[in-house]
Amino acid sequence: MPLFNARVQVSLRPSVLDPAGEATRAAAARLGVEGVKRLRIGKAIELDLEAPDRATAQARLELLSDRLLANPVIEDWSLDLVEAG
Amino acid sequence: MTVGIVVFPGSNCDRDVAWALEGCLDIPVRFLWHEERDLSGLDAVVLPGGFSYGDYLRCGAIARFAPVLEEVRTFAERGGPVLGICNGFQVLTEMGLLPGALTRNRDLHFLCQSSELEVQPGRCRWLGGYGAGERISLPIAHGEGRYQVEPEELQRLEDQGSVVLRYVANPNGSRGDVAGLSDATGRVLGLMPHPERACDPITGGLDGRRLLASLLG
Repeated sequence: MPLFNARVQVSLRPSVLDPAGEATRAAAARLGVEGVKRLRIGKAIELDLEAPDRATAQARLELLSDRLLANPVIEDWSLDLVEAG
Repeated sequence: MTVGIVVFPGSNCDRDVAWALEGCLDIPVRFLWHEERDLSGLDAVVLPGGFSYGDYLRCGAIARFAPVLEEVRTFAERGGPVLGICNGFQVLTEMGLLPGALTRNRDLHFLCQSSELEVQPGRCRWLGGYGAGERISLPIAHGEGRYQVEPEELQRLEDQGSVVLRYVANPNGSRGDVAGLSDATGRVLGLMPHPERACDPITGGLDGRRLLASLLG
């Protein structure tokens, strides 16, 4: 059965405050890195998935992302999917 | 009268809740391990505070898939009273039994202190022992208690009387100063403060007693 590599990017929705991101932005300034105007912390989840075809893999990952990996109340997600070579 | 207390791996307020109910109020309890499916004979269920399953991914996100919670959902749908305290509140939002989400405190600190609250009991069956607008003091202890909800949804919750507990001096940045939220039926209550830590004179403060004693009718 084909193997797919996937990467799900979870980010806080723009309307949600990100105090950890703000603290990290302040640390960037203390490091001496100037000009960081925006810093938001999300999550990246990498996974390998066996599925009969690409459409099935896509459907399973969408369900997983929407129902477990991200909480749609506070987070958006995006999905990259490639068939393993 | 028996109250079920759910115990997840990582729960740490389960015994405190048991002490408050059984030790202070003489209400018998039964612990429900997260794999338990038998809720027969229970009159109410409490989801206690702690760090269920290590709070990996998000607070309450893994707990939502615990077998016992399928039964708790059915119990709630049949009209059973459910109380979620702290991590239990986070679990209730992840399950969708209450709207919104609990996120990282505005100032990043883990807050462990007393908090003054204003009670608007409305139809919430857990808060029948308090007067409308009454101010009480309960301990809070959380790093992720900032209630997040879109403004339109918050307005809807306000209009239906679901915002039953508000911080007088908002400690964590919660939208609408929300400290506790009831569902539309008034039978499900989620709150970040810990009523079970304010039931025994030895620990100071008794303002949580009436909340848990509401079970005695």
